[in-house]
Amino acid sequence: MKASLFITCLADSFYPNVGESTVRLLDRLGVQVDFPEGQTCCGQPAFNSGYRDEAKEVAKTMIEAFEQSEYVVGPSGSCVGMIHEYYPLLFEGDRKWEDRALKFVKKSYELTQFIVNVVGKTYLGARLDKTVTYHPSCHAMRMMGIKHEPLELLKNVQGLQLVDLPFAEDCCGFGGTFAVKMHEVSAAMVAEKAQHVLETKAEILCGTDMGCLMNIGGRLRYEGAPVRVMHVAEVLWEGVREGVKA
Amino acid sequence: MSVKPALPLKERMKHAIADETLIAAVKKTTDRLEGGKLSSSEALGNWEEWRKQGSRIRSHVVEHLDYYLGQLIENVKKRGGHVHIADSAKEAVDIFLRITREKNAKSVIKSKSMVSEEVHVNKALEDIGVEVIESDLGEYIIQLFGEAPSHIIVPAIHKNRYQIKDKFNEISGENLTEDTPTLTAFARRQLRKAFLQADIGVSGCNFAIAETGSIVMFTNEGNGRMVTTLPPVHVAFMGMERLIPSFEDLETFVNLLPRSATGQKITTYVSVINGARQEGDLDGAQEFHLIIVDNGRSKILGDEEFQEVLNCIRCGACLNVCPVYRHIGGHAYGDVYPGPIGAVLTPLLRDDMETWGDLPYASSLCGACTEACPVRIPLHDMLVRHRARYVKLGLAPKWEQMAFKAWSKTFARPGRYKLSMKAARLMVPFMARDGFIEKGPLNMMGWTHARHFPSPAKQSFREQWSKLSGELKGGGDHE
Ligand code: SF4
Repeated sequence: MKASLFITCLADSFYPNVGESTVRLLDRLGVQVDFPEGQTCCGQPAFNSGYRDEAKEVAKTMIEAFEQSEYVVGPSGSCVGMIHEYYPLLFEGDRKWEDRALKFVKKSYELTQFIVNVVGKTYLGARLDKTVTYHPSCHAMRMMGIKHEPLELLKNVQGLQLVDLPFAEDCCGFGGTFAVKMHEVSAAMVAEKAQHVLETKAEILCGTDMGCLMNIGGRLRYEGAPVRVMHVAEVLWEGVREGVKA
Repeated sequence: MSVKPALPLKERMKHAIADETLIAAVKKTTDRLEGGKLSSSEALGNWEEWRKQGSRIRSHVVEHLDYYLGQLIENVKKRGGHVHIADSAKEAVDIFLRITREKNAKSVIKSKSMVSEEVHVNKALEDIGVEVIESDLGEYIIQLFGEAPSHIIVPAIHKNRYQIKDKFNEISGENLTEDTPTLTAFARRQLRKAFLQADIGVSGCNFAIAETGSIVMFTNEGNGRMVTTLPPVHVAFMGMERLIPSFEDLETFVNLLPRSATGQKITTYVSVINGARQEGDLDGAQEFHLIIVDNGRSKILGDEEFQEVLNCIRCGACLNVCPVYRHIGGHAYGDVYPGPIGAVLTPLLRDDMETWGDLPYASSLCGACTEACPVRIPLHDMLVRHRARYVKLGLAPKWEQMAFKAWSKTFARPGRYKLSMKAARLMVPFMARDGFIEKGPLNMMGWTHARHFPSPAKQSFREQWSKLSGELKGGGDHE
């Protein structure tokens, strides 16, 4: 099986480790991974702010970059959600692009969805003796319907103790440009989320989206809280390495 | 209509966030309502099927609104009711004032009605010296405070019992305690007198049934019944779209509305009012008027992107789950309808994007509202649609327009994207500490007020790719 990594612009610049973990996990599962360098960003920041023309121009770059791919896999429910929910809308009635856009939509997957539902694996031979709590990102959960996939993967990590996050489904207040535009409310929201994370006493907070994790992690660090903030891919890959050692 | 809020959105929000009593009260109640909704909708089973059914019925009515309105009007008239159509808020008020004058009314008692709130009836009555009393406990309380409701279902959600006790004691000179029975007993004593004195009773209308010409009201306090039966004249305000075709369709909404609104399986009272007292009836007003209010609604009809918002049954579920609403309360939304539904509806009803077009930005687009809505209105999509219009109209800040143009030019060209990311990375070491930026310049300020910002990695993923791909078993291809 072949798949192309859609890194997301945030992970590319800020969290290359998420990309690396994603690639190594897929590689271990026997997926042949490539990285089309023509990719940039899904266009979500512009689209959600109301700049559709601008988003569409950037979306074209993505469609072109992944034209040859069999599967496209990204470590973000939000960015893949953007592709699924809004690319059909952006290219509706565009004779030159509509078909290409729809093909792209069909082959795009969020990482945990891809591993569980396409590759068909939940046990990766991972081991990690840590307490972990999981924040289900709004877009992953509500746009992409990703609910059980990340949890199943985490539950199959030996030694990993998964603790429930209170009010888990509440938004962390990121919302892309919302965090800057409406920063006062956003700050109140993330403060509450960080509080809930601390209540779990977990050593690691993990999630499927670096946007939310950057927000919550930034707040936790602001408060001086010693919680590690990791993408699911990082948790799983660290677990695989530990598992190999053991 | 050009109505402007006293303060800009950002200011309103700032004030609200700073009001700890308000936020604590709002959070406490929305938590309770949301929890109640979840368990009561689960208990019903097939919640999704009920939602689909609700959405189907409402969409059907809205698509054929002319037909059903015609049918409703005919049937109300058949039963001797008077029907008035108000195009605007002003017209609605004028119609009501005319009825008030004709009846020589001195005192009006009301049961909760968002539409009468929307057209500002109370103010107009007070101006001509007619006494108006809100009989819904929550409405009664905020009326005493001289405030507007801040929640569709729980108007006084932002007040706690201590504030209410103080207010009651202030107006009565009594020495009440803050327990619920004492407070409600006081309100009941006051309101009983008012029910008996009133010349006109005003109610809202949760649904009007076209086939029978009936008005349906869901209430919990019994005041709705008194308002519609004790005074000699009953006037119902109804939003133009609040119709269902037949009595049978009511079942769906008896299931959906109370559960979504308060988490109740059913409200204490479901009143179906078939116009005024007929011969042989034991109770009921002697005269019945229905004021059907358009006030911007017909403009939403035929607007592909927004017509579905007319499906709204004003249950307030979207408010209860909205994390933004929970942190700012209702008044910050600046108009009658708060929360996600308000952010979608207000710019449409007001038909003034310049004043109200920034409301849809007061959302993190988490989609909780859409998930909660019993009639499946895609609220978060509508928020984005509004934003797209706002931008198209050129109303977004100039700097932002330029920024997104530049962004698009850069991100549509992978080469340029790579270069600019590199440039950005070069600047960061001046600002960062231990891989984080703790205080950022200008626009980052909003972010770094409350959280740290990660500095970009020394090497981006794409720069690491060739080395990484060499280490893979499957040997990822270079492109
Ligand atoms: S939009 Fe939906 S959830 Fe919100 S008040 Fe209307 S019906 Fe209820």
